[in-house]
Amino acid sequence: MTRLSKRLLLKTAGCSTLAALTMLVGCSKKDEAPAAAPTAPTTAAKPEPLKIAFAYVGPVGDGGWTYAHDNGRKAVEKEFGDKVVTSFVEKVPEAADAERVFRDMIGQGNKLIFGTTFGYMEPMLKVATDAKDVKFEHATGYKTADNMRTYDSRTYEGAYLAGVVAGGMTKTNVLGVVGSIPIPEVIRNINSFTLGAQSVNTKVRTKVVWVNEWFNPPKETEAAQSMINGGADVLMQNTDSSAVLQTAEKAGKYAFGWDSDMSAFAGKAHLASCIADWGNYYKKAIKDVMDGTWKTERTVWGVKEGQNNLVKMSDAVPEDIKKKIDEIKAGMKAGTFEVFTGPVVDNTGKERLAKDAKADQEWKDKIDFYVKGVEGKIPAAK
Amino acid sequence: MDAMALLLAATLNAGTVLAFAALGLLINERAGIVNLGAEGIMLVAAVAGFATAVHTGNDWMALTAGAAAGALLAAVFGLLVIWLNTNQYATGLALSLFGSGFSAFVGIRFTQEKLGERSHYDIPVLSDIPFIGPALFRQHPMVYVAIALTVALAWFLYRSRAGLVLRAVGESPESAHALGYPVRRIRLIAVMVGGALCGISGAYISVVYTPLWVEGMVAGKGWIALALTTFATWRPSRVLLGAYLFGGVTMLQFHLQGEGVQISSQMLTMLPYLATIAVLVLISRNATWIRVNMPASLGKPFSPGG
Repeated sequence: MTRLSKRLLLKTAGCSTLAALTMLVGCSKKDEAPAAAPTAPTTAAKPEPLKIAFAYVGPVGDGGWTYAHDNGRKAVEKEFGDKVVTSFVEKVPEAADAERVFRDMIGQGNKLIFGTTFGYMEPMLKVATDAKDVKFEHATGYKTADNMRTYDSRTYEGAYLAGVVAGGMTKTNVLGVVGSIPIPEVIRNINSFTLGAQSVNTKVRTKVVWVNEWFNPPKETEAAQSMINGGADVLMQNTDSSAVLQTAEKAGKYAFGWDSDMSAFAGKAHLASCIADWGNYYKKAIKDVMDGTWKTERTVWGVKEGQNNLVKMSDAVPEDIKKKIDEIKAGMKAGTFEVFTGPVVDNTGKERLAKDAKADQEWKDKIDFYVKGVEGKIPAAK
Repeated sequence: MDAMALLLAATLNAGTVLAFAALGLLINERAGIVNLGAEGIMLVAAVAGFATAVHTGNDWMALTAGAAAGALLAAVFGLLVIWLNTNQYATGLALSLFGSGFSAFVGIRFTQEKLGERSHYDIPVLSDIPFIGPALFRQHPMVYVAIALTVALAWFLYRSRAGLVLRAVGESPESAHALGYPVRRIRLIAVMVGGALCGISGAYISVVYTPLWVEGMVAGKGWIALALTTFATWRPSRVLLGAYLFGGVTMLQFHLQGEGVQISSQMLTMLPYLATIAVLVLISRNATWIRVNMPASLGKPFSPGG
């Protein structure tokens, strides 16, 4: 190597190191306070901004669950401007580390903390008993304290709407769902999806394949492929990536976006996206804290409250189905339409909900069976 | 019947991912180097391949970029373990962890990207044969490349002079050195070729198999490939068959679930490793049971004395 090229090499190496460092610095700076926040105290009467922290289970770039929560956080910033300072920590594992992250957030002066996954329940409860002056909000859990409450969304309403579309689009009358982990929430979505499809097409059957993970794109792909091989032509997933949608696109079948708008990922396969808009709840929670009306409760929002929706419906969906979707949405908004209205029969033929009865929250929380039309058995979960 | 054909097709596809990586690692190990960094190499190659595909829209460029990224990382690994004689296992593990972190870091802005329309491949005439057509002849070209590569590698290792030298380096680097062969350079080339093949496998995952990028998406396939070389007792043809077998097990499990048959997927995830341990036990009990091909100097450092 000549001296010149060596020097060039060194220079290039130096430059790239510098560039990498700048990127690092840029990325680790996660406090996205509005630029105008803490200036000189000219307006002395102005109250301190409320400091709010979010703990996410995945990366904000997952395009699904965590991405949706972060959009909620951004909506909060837009709404409250310099009255709030928000920050987030992503990829917080559902384990002992979560507790450390929560304590860190308190140390930084946050007065309201959101934890956006079920697995934060125990660590959050533990921290909440130690920090009485901080309010805690936990997504999808069931344990509460004086300063900790829960919020959840009726994702199954979106799944039902997707089911109606699927029922109208399927030619083979076989639907496929890639399930993540067999917990009531996911089972509820599978049932709801199937009931929706059956409301327009009584011949529909649903196949289910579990991957036992929230996020594993190659596995999601394999699971989706196996159901396509088995004759399914409309797929749905309760996992966090867009892999199922893309597999359907490759195979010339249909699928849905989940948690976030995924229409950009698959032009032809994408029938619609079931989205969750957490912004409205986050705004309400912050307002509660600011107004001093915050109290322990459990909030479950759905289509009615603007929390869940089915968006970006494909042009391929026939008009009568679109009309039906509008009707059901109107019913959900008015509070007159309940997905789980009797008779609900499970796939062994046993009646689980009597005729005309509407399921209450407890019934929905404990759902542990497949409705008629779903094939197979739920894997050995309790 | 049709479902069986498609199951077979999916198995070949899943096996191809493992085959490329495992064949690459086989070349490494034949030269006496164990590279536990396969998973990390595959991840970096996956993001490199995906980024290239996003920018150029060309899958072949993407696979080439993956191979280049793999070879580059492997070269770093090679310099460390061959010239500086660092511990192969520790260095490989470090590479694996580095690769997963690094790929996640540089891949942040690609998580929301999508690739253009994916091409379909049909071999004319052959793909119209009932059953065999959909099962075998509607695959991505790389599926056939993997088979060709296996044949070529078998020929190279057992029929060519260069292959003999490579094996000699893996069996007894001292003898090869005494005969005047540049042991360290040969090992480096083997490591880089192996890295390039792992890279192709990684790029195949992010560009063809699951056309998207998310961090950690290789999801353990690098470790399965490592297990596979041992399971196949270091023979190319057995590596390919083993890759199809392991690929088939995953696909079959999902297929059975879809048919309503209950099988624990956790159990099946363990199987490849369980099979590998079984093979290791057999090897150590009685070397003549299986035609053992374990390179005698596998994992041992070599320095050409002064």
